[in-house]
Amino acid sequence: MKASEDSGRKRAAGTPQPFGRLVNVSKSFEADGHSVLAVKDVSFQFRKGSLVSLLGPSGCGKTTILKIMGGLIPASGGLIEIEGKPVTRPYPGVGVVFQAPTLMPWRRVLSNVLFPMEVLGRNDARAKARAYDILKLVGLEGFERVYPRQLSGGMQQRVALCRAIIHEPSILLMDEPFGALDELTRLEMNDLLLDLRRVTGATVLFVTHSISEAIYLSDRVVVFSKRPAVINLEFEVDITYPRSPQKRFLKEFTELERRAGIALGVVK
Amino acid sequence: MQRNVLRIVYPVAGAAIIVLVWHYYVVLMRVPVVVLPTPLQVAQAIVRRSEVLAGEAWITALECVYGFLLSLAIGIPMAVVMTYSRIANLMFYPLLVASQSVPKVAVAPILLVWFGTGMQSKLAMAFVIAFFPIVVDTATGLRSTSAELLELARSLQCSRLQTFFKIQLPSALPSMFSGAKIAVTLAVIGAVIGEFIGSNEGIGNLLLTANSQLDSPLVWASLVILSVLGMVLYGVVVLAEKIFMPWAPDASARH
Repeated sequence: MKASEDSGRKRAAGTPQPFGRLVNVSKSFEADGHSVLAVKDVSFQFRKGSLVSLLGPSGCGKTTILKIMGGLIPASGGLIEIEGKPVTRPYPGVGVVFQAPTLMPWRRVLSNVLFPMEVLGRNDARAKARAYDILKLVGLEGFERVYPRQLSGGMQQRVALCRAIIHEPSILLMDEPFGALDELTRLEMNDLLLDLRRVTGATVLFVTHSISEAIYLSDRVVVFSKRPAVINLEFEVDITYPRSPQKRFLKEFTELERRAGIALGVVK
Repeated sequence: MQRNVLRIVYPVAGAAIIVLVWHYYVVLMRVPVVVLPTPLQVAQAIVRRSEVLAGEAWITALECVYGFLLSLAIGIPMAVVMTYSRIANLMFYPLLVASQSVPKVAVAPILLVWFGTGMQSKLAMAFVIAFFPIVVDTATGLRSTSAELLELARSLQCSRLQTFFKIQLPSALPSMFSGAKIAVTLAVIGAVIGEFIGSNEGIGNLLLTANSQLDSPLVWASLVILSVLGMVLYGVVVLAEKIFMPWAPDASARH
């Protein structure tokens, strides 16, 4: 990937060399002896450094797509590529964030954040300094030595965010990371994620069932139907970064919300 | 602060009431000492025979500790194998569960034949009775590792050893310790059963001897020492839990 392609953020989908792409990806699971189709012929692509939301109703299979992208589960059919290489199993440079913080209760905050560096054998002084830096960035300065259970849910999720970016992943997979938080914390976390993304430059795939969250965060939104997941609508969000809460009231914003709402069948 | 004081005051008061009721029941009803000694007589027996009691208690304590450690040394690897090998699990887990339907006391004479009347047969008995909760709770703990943490490990391409030592084993610790707390009290029961079946030393043996000599105060003194032994061993496991799991919420604060 050349740096020049990075600046092509304004361009629509289908740039010559996308960072990642899915072509006719399907996934079926075996359940009680017969197979259930979770994902059906899904194709989309995304640019390096973009933030793409996968928006759809709960249980529609968007999490499955995310796991397939991370090489965590195999697809039943179709092609998945990251930087031109087919994805069939876990590969380096992936950060993951789940709906629950899933921290290790036996590790203090700092050591939780450093976990990826530890298993990658890069747990040196520089890594530690970086951990302090990003913890400060998410507003957890001074909490490095406490155990996760001493933190609120929102603070734990901030730690999980730090853990996901400590090893400078090129792709960040986020599975409804703010779905369990209260509305106010969630709005805060949205801005925080955009800040972190500016710092890391990672490509982000973000699964959510919140229409406004998807639009607020993303360069591009892919809207899925109910199970099995098929793409109902795909659109670019032409609202400039940095995004700020006022932009939620822009005409473009509400228009996109309406379109996504129609695609999801919640707006008539 | 005041709540902490009450935590001590109430149990002590409760025990005092029981002791008083016991004392006055024996005195007022003129219960013969062979049937039930007074608390004072028991206390006197403890003081007068302290040397014998301490010596025998030490032997019983060693039997318990060795049996318990043996159940950890064999139970934990067994749980690990049965968790990670489906075949081993299918082959041996049903057998393990079925083996628990055998009354453990009935095994004691066999152990006596195998290991003699010395300490080995007692620690074997303590082991036999203590290792089941260790295996079951360790296996339960290992299986209850969060699926997301395992996914995190896979996304970071952790090796199997890394995943086991950095995620699964620490995840299993709380469950392992609850198993160990049950096991250590069972080990005391096992050691005493062993001493009952055939032994010439230990608190269990002292209790039987005192009983045959109608020395009721010493019988009761032995009982007191046994319960103290059980509480001390339990306390050691709780202490180990606090040391190995400093992150865990305080157990006493939860109740």
